[in-house]
Amino acid sequence: MSALVRATGPLKDLPLRRSLGRLIDSDAWTLGLFVLLGLLFLLTFLINPGYFPRGLQGLALGALPVALAAVGQAIAVISGGIDLSIGSVIALTNVTAAVLFMNMAPELSVGVVVAVLVLGLLVGAINGTLIVASRVPDIVVTLAMLFVWSGAALLVLPRPGGASAAWLSQLSTGSFLTEWLPRALVLLLVIVGVVWLPLRRSKLGMSLYAVGSNRLAAFRSGVAVGRTRIAAYVLTGFFAACAGLALTAATGVGQPIAGPYLLLSVAAVVLGGVSLAGGRGGLLGPIVAVYILALIRADLLFLGADPNWAEVVQGGIMVLVVMLGAYVTLRQKRATE
Amino acid sequence: MTGATLARGTQPRGRARDARNWLRDNPIIPLILLFGLLLVLLNLVNPALPNQGWIANSLLRFAIPLAILAACQTLTMLTGGIDLSVGAVASMAGYVMATQAPIHGPWIAIGLALGAAALVGVVNGVGIGIFRVHPLIMTLAMILVVGGLATVYFITVVATGVRVPAEMVWLAQGTSFGFVPNSLLLFVPLATVIILGLRRTGYGRLLYAIGDNEVAARLSGVRVWQVLIVLYVLSALMAGVAGMLFAGVLNTASTQLANGYLLPSVAAAVIGGTSIFGGRGGYAGTIVGALILGVLTTLLTIGMPALGLAGVNQEAVRQILYGAIILGVAAAYTRLTESS
Repeated sequence: MSALVRATGPLKDLPLRRSLGRLIDSDAWTLGLFVLLGLLFLLTFLINPGYFPRGLQGLALGALPVALAAVGQAIAVISGGIDLSIGSVIALTNVTAAVLFMNMAPELSVGVVVAVLVLGLLVGAINGTLIVASRVPDIVVTLAMLFVWSGAALLVLPRPGGASAAWLSQLSTGSFLTEWLPRALVLLLVIVGVVWLPLRRSKLGMSLYAVGSNRLAAFRSGVAVGRTRIAAYVLTGFFAACAGLALTAATGVGQPIAGPYLLLSVAAVVLGGVSLAGGRGGLLGPIVAVYILALIRADLLFLGADPNWAEVVQGGIMVLVVMLGAYVTLRQKRATE
Repeated sequence: MTGATLARGTQPRGRARDARNWLRDNPIIPLILLFGLLLVLLNLVNPALPNQGWIANSLLRFAIPLAILAACQTLTMLTGGIDLSVGAVASMAGYVMATQAPIHGPWIAIGLALGAAALVGVVNGVGIGIFRVHPLIMTLAMILVVGGLATVYFITVVATGVRVPAEMVWLAQGTSFGFVPNSLLLFVPLATVIILGLRRTGYGRLLYAIGDNEVAARLSGVRVWQVLIVLYVLSALMAGVAGMLFAGVLNTASTQLANGYLLPSVAAAVIGGTSIFGGRGGYAGTIVGALILGVLTTLLTIGMPALGLAGVNQEAVRQILYGAIILGVAAAYTRLTESS
């Protein structure tokens, strides 16, 4: 509400298109997403009353890797970049975890989790360093790295296989305290909360937004632009590794061919109110967006749609969402020029 | 120093600068040298190669459809775009052709396949040209849509079976006079049209103009969105042709047949000297790029067991190598353009 009031002052003599951009800026967008999610839950209840509360657990479990990928992508986008390699990094960490879990003694499984997370940090650091050092645009470097990391995933595990640790799978399946609170959701909120909440208030968090919104201005105000951009990709790598681990836990195997996580993460980021131009948005919006996209798919299946049609419709929705996001960004840019 | 180099700004080191500029404007010469070098290397690894049979049956058979796919990347990259949906469109076109041919005959099947491809191109073009979605993201999203639609189609036609028309197999696999691949009949005219079209026609120059400075192009009266829609339709059509050729080469079709050729198509264009940032490049370099990739593939197949790496997944090494090439070349081009 406050955001709407704030916007009305200078809005009087401005064209409508500018207000659309401001709306996305504000908390109203996230609020709208929550309302949409609520409506979808209502719809799901009307179509299939038996879905609750057990269906929620399946929904949260399936959405966990996507949500973690979306969080990682959101951080890259907020800092003014984009990580096209996120799907292959997820595949790489997924197969590495699966192979290590299979070959290591069960007592060492905590060490495996740590090792995979470190791998994610390392991969992110390589991505970020290459971008900053080569001065090639993010989108080109991460496109090249998409192939490098998917090749690496194939080297680790040529065909699906491996195993998962039982405790890791238990961590994300079932419910917490009440049947209505899936463990996968709690896990997601804990991971994101522990990493992002302190970070956002810190100097690095501020720098991320500053670099994303105007790199030159950030540089002139004394922000270490290169280091901040590398840090953003390190964080993206960390969340991609979390997504890879979640995938291993959910499926119990490693799959070297990357799933549709790149596209899902970009769609969730755009739908979640993070501007592809950088510097704007938070992590809550993309997470809610992931749940919205997952629920739409679930509802389509309940309505008797063929799974492949559900894929097409979901792809179509994503195309439309990305188009809308690009259109709004364009309008914003024109309005400020 | 020529007027063009002077216009780019002050030149600290004259001769080195001249050499770099010359290299940048004529990437084809070092490329042909590299191609020759790789052939010599191949000869060292296996003295029987290169021979006539290898050139016709191995190198050209795959390099020609790849060069057509890479033409999609060349043209779109000239405008600063890229078409990642070519692999999916190619697979789809090959599959549509192979499933429709038993029902309607080869020519209608080919027409249907090209029509479906053109439709994808229109959607890409509208998203990129009118809604201004980044080409990378738009065409990436279309992979999902095209792949999903192809799977839906697969389920509905599963009964008809897959049969690649004999005409397409003849075109893709056959040879005339004992050693001239028939696919050259298609490729030589196509390549001539693309090379001359880029250099001599207004439309070709518009692609360079948009890639060089889109705002300037728009301000000079170019209807950028129309150019882009036509461009992405052309790209999808060429991807469709390449997909049908791949189906002919392998004499089979599936909904994912050509998906793996996306990365080589980008790599061929990048190696060929087309800037991924737009405004610079041409198709001649891309053709040599596709040939270089073809020799590299043979070298990997022969060389890796020779180096004691027989157990290592070749596809993985190829992906890492191609990714590294794209990154290295893009970084080199960035240096070249930044310093001028």
